Amino acid sequence: MADILNSDEILRALTRISHEILERNKGAKELVLVGIQTGGVYLAQRLARRIGKIEGTTPQTGALDITLYRDDLSGRKAHPTLKKTEMPFDMNDCKVILVDDVLFTGRTIRAAMDSLIDLGRPKEIQLAVLIDRGHRELPIRADYVGKNLPTAFDEKVEVLLEEAGEEDRVILHREKWEKQG
Amino acid sequence: MQLKRKDILGIAELDREEIDLILQTAESFKEVSSRAIKKVPALRGKTLINLFFEPSTRTRTSFELAGKRLSADVINISSSSSSTLKGETLLDTTRNIQAMHSDFIVIRHASSGVPHFLARSVESAVINAGDGANEHPSQALLDLLTIKENKGRVKGLKVVIIGDILHGRVAHSDIHVLKKYGADVHLVAPPTLIPTGIERWGVQIHYHLDQALAGADVIILLRLQLERQGSSYFPTLREYAELYGLNARRLALADSEALVMHPGPINRGVEVSSDVADGLSSVILQQVSNGVAVRMALLFLLSGGKHA
Repeated sequence: MADILNSDEILRALTRISHEILERNKGAKELVLVGIQTGGVYLAQRLARRIGKIEGTTPQTGALDITLYRDDLSGRKAHPTLKKTEMPFDMNDCKVILVDDVLFTGRTIRAAMDSLIDLGRPKEIQLAVLIDRGHRELPIRADYVGKNLPTAFDEKVEVLLEEAGEEDRVILHREKWEKQG
Repeated sequence: MQLKRKDILGIAELDREEIDLILQTAESFKEVSSRAIKKVPALRGKTLINLFFEPSTRTRTSFELAGKRLSADVINISSSSSSTLKGETLLDTTRNIQAMHSDFIVIRHASSGVPHFLARSVESAVINAGDGANEHPSQALLDLLTIKENKGRVKGLKVVIIGDILHGRVAHSDIHVLKKYGADVHLVAPPTLIPTGIERWGVQIHYHLDQALAGADVIILLRLQLERQGSSYFPTLREYAELYGLNARRLALADSEALVMHPGPINRGVEVSSDVADGLSSVILQQVSNGVAVRMALLFLLSGGKHA
């Protein structure tokens, strides 16, 4: 097990991403932040608050559960527990910043984009992640990255957040990790 | 977390953990039905067969919508159009359906135990949509969800179930689920419509509606199963309505926040007066909406993982 980011480093990474989002989109107008359940939801809310502090306008946030759009549902594994999708705004004509904690194979992001497009027609979808650990299986890349982290395929990156009752930090489990739903 | 079984045959054998999972999943599915595009790809390529040997509009439509909103292919077979009329046995009908590679069979039948028999003979997941006077599990789950949503809890609530308990599969499933969650369950009906020995399920029996209603938090009305009542269980419908029908005067005896529930179809003027059925206490249509979500949850959960 190795420590990758501590709470100060997470804070700085999110602050930088907030500035990058504002710079690229020329302000917070039309922006909405949509987090992927569960870690991404907390990060989307933090980014929205930070953007609000910098810009004076706080973008709206939503939560997306991508379980129903997974490509491995007919496998032999038990389904992960379904969580809520909450999009309390009309996405049409919005620029959606999709937020997740870890970018890995890209399959989650594929599912999230399919799900978003069933919910409306966003003007644009951009992707922000705290950790990009490589090993993409689909042609997907992030627009905003907290930290690029080279990993072995069977390692596991864990993002722990205060909102989930943990101390803010990112750790890398080097030992073989039983992949969880 | 997943269900511990291949089929949903009755509430009696489900444990609290499984029921909690079904309700939690159903709550997430409610959002799907509120979208502009009410469809998710979770059960793409799966086949659901609705096999209804008894008339049904609500339950069949509800399962059909649940399947379609999850992208499953749904086929409806009703007794009037099936080969059973040509003398095919139930087992042969089902084996043929199985040979077409169905993934789910939803069955309603006039005889108790038919879904259990099928579940043993086919690989598909079997869901009981009402078997004789035995159980109707998806109805009880949607009733539970509706009560939890409105009351925030079930434990300690006084729930009064009025009507045909003898033939009432909804009543049986409701009693099982309500007892599992610690409700105080009261049954009210003419003595002829109360099965002997049901007090052993830990329920209280009343023959006078007014006494039973005092302080009730939830009132569940049941339809008189006239098609199942071979002989006369009470003199006239008018007398039944007089003694056991819920009206505004009687509703005032219950708690002021009491819910009025009914699995449908309603016989207006018999078990309930129109002003109560359409009144502020009525959550009858909310039950219908919740029914689709609960059935989506059942299909989704049964499709996950393989069971021995």
